[in-house]
Amino acid sequence: MTTTTSPTRTTSVVQPSASLPERFRVPSAFLLGAVLLLGVAPLVLSDFRLNLLAKYLCYAIVAVGVSLAWGRGGLMVLGQGVFFGLGGYAMAMHLKLADAAATGQTLPDFMQLYGTGDALPWWWKPFADPAFALAMTVLLPMAVAALLGFLVFRRRVKGAYFAILSQALAAALAIWLVGQQATTGGTNGLTDIQGFFGYDLNDPANQRTVYFIIAAVLLLLMAAARQLFLSRYGELLIAVRDSEERVRFLGYNPANVKLVAYVVAAGMAGLAGALFVPAVGIISPALIGIVPSIGFVIGAAVGGRASLVGAVLGAIAVAWTQSTLSDAYPAAWTYLQGLLFVVAVGFLPGGLASLVTVLRKRRIPTRTTGETA
Amino acid sequence: MTVILNQSFTGISIGAVLLLIALGLTLTFGQMGVINMAHGEFIMAGAYTTYVLQKSISSAGVSLLVALPLAFLVAGAMGALLEWLLIRRLYTRPLDTLLVTWGVSLMLQQLARDLFGAPNVQTAAPDLLTGNISVAGITLANNRLFILGLALLCVLGLTLILRLTPLGRRIRAVVQNRDLAEVSGIATERVDRTTFFIGSGLAGVAGVALTLVGPIGPTMGTNYIVDAFLVVVVGGIAQLKGSVITAFALGVLQSVLEYSTTVSVAKVIVLVAIVAILQWRPQGLYTLRTRSLA
Repeated sequence: MTTTTSPTRTTSVVQPSASLPERFRVPSAFLLGAVLLLGVAPLVLSDFRLNLLAKYLCYAIVAVGVSLAWGRGGLMVLGQGVFFGLGGYAMAMHLKLADAAATGQTLPDFMQLYGTGDALPWWWKPFADPAFALAMTVLLPMAVAALLGFLVFRRRVKGAYFAILSQALAAALAIWLVGQQATTGGTNGLTDIQGFFGYDLNDPANQRTVYFIIAAVLLLLMAAARQLFLSRYGELLIAVRDSEERVRFLGYNPANVKLVAYVVAAGMAGLAGALFVPAVGIISPALIGIVPSIGFVIGAAVGGRASLVGAVLGAIAVAWTQSTLSDAYPAAWTYLQGLLFVVAVGFLPGGLASLVTVLRKRRIPTRTTGETA
Repeated sequence: MTVILNQSFTGISIGAVLLLIALGLTLTFGQMGVINMAHGEFIMAGAYTTYVLQKSISSAGVSLLVALPLAFLVAGAMGALLEWLLIRRLYTRPLDTLLVTWGVSLMLQQLARDLFGAPNVQTAAPDLLTGNISVAGITLANNRLFILGLALLCVLGLTLILRLTPLGRRIRAVVQNRDLAEVSGIATERVDRTTFFIGSGLAGVAGVALTLVGPIGPTMGTNYIVDAFLVVVVGGIAQLKGSVITAFALGVLQSVLEYSTTVSVAKVIVLVAIVAILQWRPQGLYTLRTRSLA
């Protein structure tokens, strides 16, 4: 492989940009998405629907990480709820403390209810500092992922074993949170969050700002993930997915390659959780256990796990279908969700994005399109 | 001391339930690499079989005895059907079977909700199994003793099948080297389906056992499935004794820890212990020694 050619074998027929390497080009789908998210959606959607969209976009941010770790790295990350939850709780802890301080209390409301005494637990205290809390929303998930990933990948625990371990981690965290009601809010989680760094979340204008932040973060992370996909690291990651032993024989350490993907994906999930809290106003164990953790993966699977745009659109579409159907027809939604898993994963492993590729190939037979979107 | 012993017995009975569930998983995961998340719903199928039977056979003892083989057949048939419909198409992508069977499990849970209603139901236990016996100050509940006996009986039966019968020989051959088994004239597809039938049937038996200690509900399987998979991961897939040791060890560890800390902290400690064990034996306690890289 020479360093001058673009890493993917995409040969484009578009003229002016054809000389630019793939990674410096801005795909039209991305521009269209940016216009839709930042321009059209806030104009046409009501406050209520925009808030719902903000929630779906948080799931989409998780899907960016899933696409990296699972789609490109072959790591079946069934415990993304853990990282989503850690980020969410880190943010919610700070916001609860800020809410309490704003009303002149020293303890968050639920702690007064369940009574831990008068003192704030020591591990809550640093979260009163906004900078610390913000850093923790990303660093805490990444640290947990790094620790687990290091121990697991180093010993070449992989495939199903890794999937089950990550799932067990999600179960353990959810159960632990439920058990510590006095300090974590238990089953209820941290609810009823009023303010966001001094801004009142009940004000629709501020909710719109939250939406813009979430949309911007999503677009930024997609751009970053695309750069990662197209870098030499991205190629190495795919190589590890497809033939780990061969990569090892070539002199690389697959454990490190996988660790980076896992940790970055965890950081993204953490950030998503942190943004989820001001948008929805709650974080609870029910949002991070085994079932929601698998839910984070299915959107990416439906849209196309290895395709960035596919995974993001899939996550948004699945979340939208869920909230539209699950209230009115809960039984129908469960059947549909089950069917989605069976059909999307069983019979269309490339997701809907692979349909696009198939159609494109049919239209322009000479053009070879990688699965990069 | 008595408390510790009592907790240990509770742990052993938890381990027995885990073992019943994990036995089937060890078979299917070991032979085919398939992670069957719908296994939990086969447990549920076994439990509901008991419930339906008790409506027609009023004697709790008789219905329990009839339910054991019947639940094995019902769950086994469901498993064979699942294998035939979906899983055999996915042998090249074993990791994806996890998500596909999770989808199946969601649908089966909803089906149970539609058929039997969302609330949990109960079955009556036979009189013989409701009491306790005391041995040296330890209280042993009869129903838990029954489950322990049932689990050990299943291990024994499965071991005999695997060691002595032609079917067992074929299963071991496929587990050890699928390609070589195939060129030796073994119909591996048929062996796969039979294995799936037996593995799923054992989940049905586990479901019958669970009716003795708890309520029957659409989501009863999900509570056990992850723990049972952890048993397989730690025990390894090569030998049944890996699962047996791990199931009892995890059960005892869990219940002793629950006594000294809390349920939730116990879960976390058990998980940490599992990750630690995998540092020492990454493929579980008992592994197949092969030259393959996979």
